[in-house]
Amino acid sequence: MELLVFVLASVMVLAGAIGVIAYNNPVHAALGLVLTLFGIAVHFVSMEAHFLAAVQVIVYAGAIVVLFLFVIMLLGVDRAEDLSVEPFQIQRPLAVIVGVAISGLVIAAVVRGRSTLGEQLKSGAPGDDNIRELARSLFSDNVFAFELTSVLLIVAVVGTVVLTRRQRGGASK
Amino acid sequence: MTPTTTWYLVLAALLFGVGVVGLMIRRNPLVMFMCIELMLNAVNLSFVAFAQAFTDISGQTAVFFVMVVAAAEVVVGLGIIIAILRRRPGTTIDDLAELKG
Repeated sequence: MELLVFVLASVMVLAGAIGVIAYNNPVHAALGLVLTLFGIAVHFVSMEAHFLAAVQVIVYAGAIVVLFLFVIMLLGVDRAEDLSVEPFQIQRPLAVIVGVAISGLVIAAVVRGRSTLGEQLKSGAPGDDNIRELARSLFSDNVFAFELTSVLLIVAVVGTVVLTRRQRGGASK
Repeated sequence: MTPTTTWYLVLAALLFGVGVVGLMIRRNPLVMFMCIELMLNAVNLSFVAFAQAFTDISGQTAVFFVMVVAAAEVVVGLGIIIAILRRRPGTTIDDLAELKG
């Protein structure tokens, strides 16, 4: 059963990722991204990270992808990009080589070091113990970083408003 | 036969590789942003896998912070992309070479 869930969710993740980089149309790429993010959320659930799975669906698949789609529609860039035009002939093979090399190196390192990881996934804390533990970690050990994230979000919001504001009067270029 | 931590790490490596390839072959700035999200999610997946393997909740805390930073990054990045594309519609990454020395 766990094997079936793992295989299905992995197929979702990889198919969505391939879709992101292979679709001409940015809207289709965004939908591929949704598929990938849901697959990751399924993996989170099967690894007993229930809170992160919920946040993954709400924040990533909900907010961030909607933001992407909103920008695509707002700018009207949903015209298909012609992927057959390639200004630099060498770039695409080089990119594939680099990607395969990075994946291969990481996989080799993981396979070499798998004895330190233990063979079996331990079953984590059942039920809402996951949320309780996460909250304890967030609000005791990492409370300073947690407060800093609020500053970061405020800065991001203010910065975006300033960036995208249309300038009135003579200052507009 | 149940999936072990190694499987999740291999999947994360594959997802990261796909993200790297996409970042290098695509020219639409929005799609490049989506590829960055793919790579962030690959790292999140391996963080949660390690947290599960060592029964240490700190890995999940790190994922929480990564998600916050990713949200802020997307907001600012899309703001910049809107500011650029509003002035010059249909531009690709190759056209943005004003800072080239």
